[in-house]
Amino acid sequence: MAVAATTKTDARPSRAGHRLSAPSWVGTVPFLAYVGIFLLWPTGIVVVDAFKNPNGAWAFSNLTELGNPLIRGYFIGSFKLCVFSSVVGAVVGAILAYAVASGDPDGVVRRLYLSSSGVLGQFGGVTLAFAFLVLIGPVGLLFHASWYFDFPWGIGLIYIYFEIPLMVLVFLPAIDGLKVQWREASENLGSSAWQYWRYVGGPLLMPAFLGGTLLLFAAALSAYATIQAWENQVAYVVPQQISTALSSEVGLSNVNVADLLALGMVILMAIVMTGYALLQRRAARWLR
Amino acid sequence: MAAVTALSETPATSAGRPRGMQARRRRRLNAFRYVVFTVLGLFFILPLLALLRFSLEGDKLGTWSATAWRQIASYQNTGIPPLLSAIEITLELAIITCVVTLALLVPTMIWVRLRVRWLDRTIEFLCLLPLTIPAIVLVVGLGPIYNKIQHFSLSSLMLFWIYVILALPYAYRALAAALNAIDVTTLSEAARSLGASWFTVIVRVIAPNMRQGILNAVLLTWATVLGEFTIAYLLLYTNLQVELYSISRNTPNAGVLFSTSFAALLFAFVLLLILSYAGRARRGRG
Repeated sequence: MAVAATTKTDARPSRAGHRLSAPSWVGTVPFLAYVGIFLLWPTGIVVVDAFKNPNGAWAFSNLTELGNPLIRGYFIGSFKLCVFSSVVGAVVGAILAYAVASGDPDGVVRRLYLSSSGVLGQFGGVTLAFAFLVLIGPVGLLFHASWYFDFPWGIGLIYIYFEIPLMVLVFLPAIDGLKVQWREASENLGSSAWQYWRYVGGPLLMPAFLGGTLLLFAAALSAYATIQAWENQVAYVVPQQISTALSSEVGLSNVNVADLLALGMVILMAIVMTGYALLQRRAARWLR
Repeated sequence: MAAVTALSETPATSAGRPRGMQARRRRRLNAFRYVVFTVLGLFFILPLLALLRFSLEGDKLGTWSATAWRQIASYQNTGIPPLLSAIEITLELAIITCVVTLALLVPTMIWVRLRVRWLDRTIEFLCLLPLTIPAIVLVVGLGPIYNKIQHFSLSSLMLFWIYVILALPYAYRALAAALNAIDVTTLSEAARSLGASWFTVIVRVIAPNMRQGILNAVLLTWATVLGEFTIAYLLLYTNLQVELYSISRNTPNAGVLFSTSFAALLFAFVLLLILSYAGRARRGRG
């Protein structure tokens, strides 16, 4: 309602001015043009080219190639890595978020963990792989983990490093939203701690937890730099195979494989992020 | 200020409850918290310490030396550009990306908020879209577009065109938070009735009130550009991350690898810490 009111008052001065002027949406044209060229156009190219063969002719049969065992293998690899790292990251992140939330709300620990989460959640790329390489790689300082180069365990651990902080940032508001009164009410009715979590706290937090897990899944799915610096000889996941397809010398015959894989990723991301948005909306119901 | 925040954020466990049953639970909870903090604290800090230790490694294993840190300025290997030039390019890219992002986003967002409210949702959607389209997907579609750009310039600085897109979601959220915190309509009506042009309203009235949001947007954009690898690498440009990657391929144990990584990390950490502290200071005052 407030929005509608503002619009009306805003519109008045321009009408009263009696000056012939361009409609006001013209002011957004530079922005829309920029986003159109550098975001929408490339995405459109990916979608369109996925349905074409390398000669430029339409080939809707391309889509069946997604069922090709080789291509399916990369998606399964991505899936394994994302499920492993996002589930572990979400569980550990939720535990950490609870530990942070149950402390002094203005204490040093909370501030330290919140600002480091903001920092470490952004930490990724090549340098993260280096850090783990010198910690538990072949010449590791701590020890040499024999599974360091095993897929998905070694790279999964590295992904978990940035996923835990992300989870803390996403999940903490939900835990902070749990009202003391709910716990008191259930205790007054004679519930045990287990019953409280089973019937009150757990169901309240579940949408936020699942939403957070999906967000971590998406973050793991789109990461490329870290896994490329971890192991660049073998392609395990879709992003690596896209880069191989893009840079391979075989030539044109491969170009559309990259588009096809990219389209597959767009579809997967769309599903995951829609799920995330729905769960967030569900979770927000209790966070007033 | 602290007291106000403390009251408004009362956590589930610290409210007044019967003392007797509270004491035992509190002890258990505290033990749980300290275990969690210690274990995860180690998990977070150890890889960074390992990186730091390796950057100070001497010629022989187990010795200490600052050679790797001095090499940052002079390192050069055959077949790849000198490290320092990659650092310069990345810093220049960060500056250009910041300027373009702000020039594109700040006026548009204010204008939409003031005059074209019905576009608000669309702009938000477009700005957050890059979060759901992975860089690796964008790069596939960018090939043809960058082919055209390379007709005009081969410089790595041309990466800024796409880095602006990568920075959009972060910049947008920072700016939107600042914009929501001020009464845009009243400010602009006041300025307009005193005879200000729309340009003056946007540049001299509203933008200065968004200082904090603009600072946040700048810091987040910097962090994004400094850590970017995927697009630069696959479009065959060189920035800092690509350079580090190539060094690691040629000489996997070069000390300069670890010193530069650590320096870059430290730089990004400082940027983001400034962000989190500045953000809190603002919230505290308001």
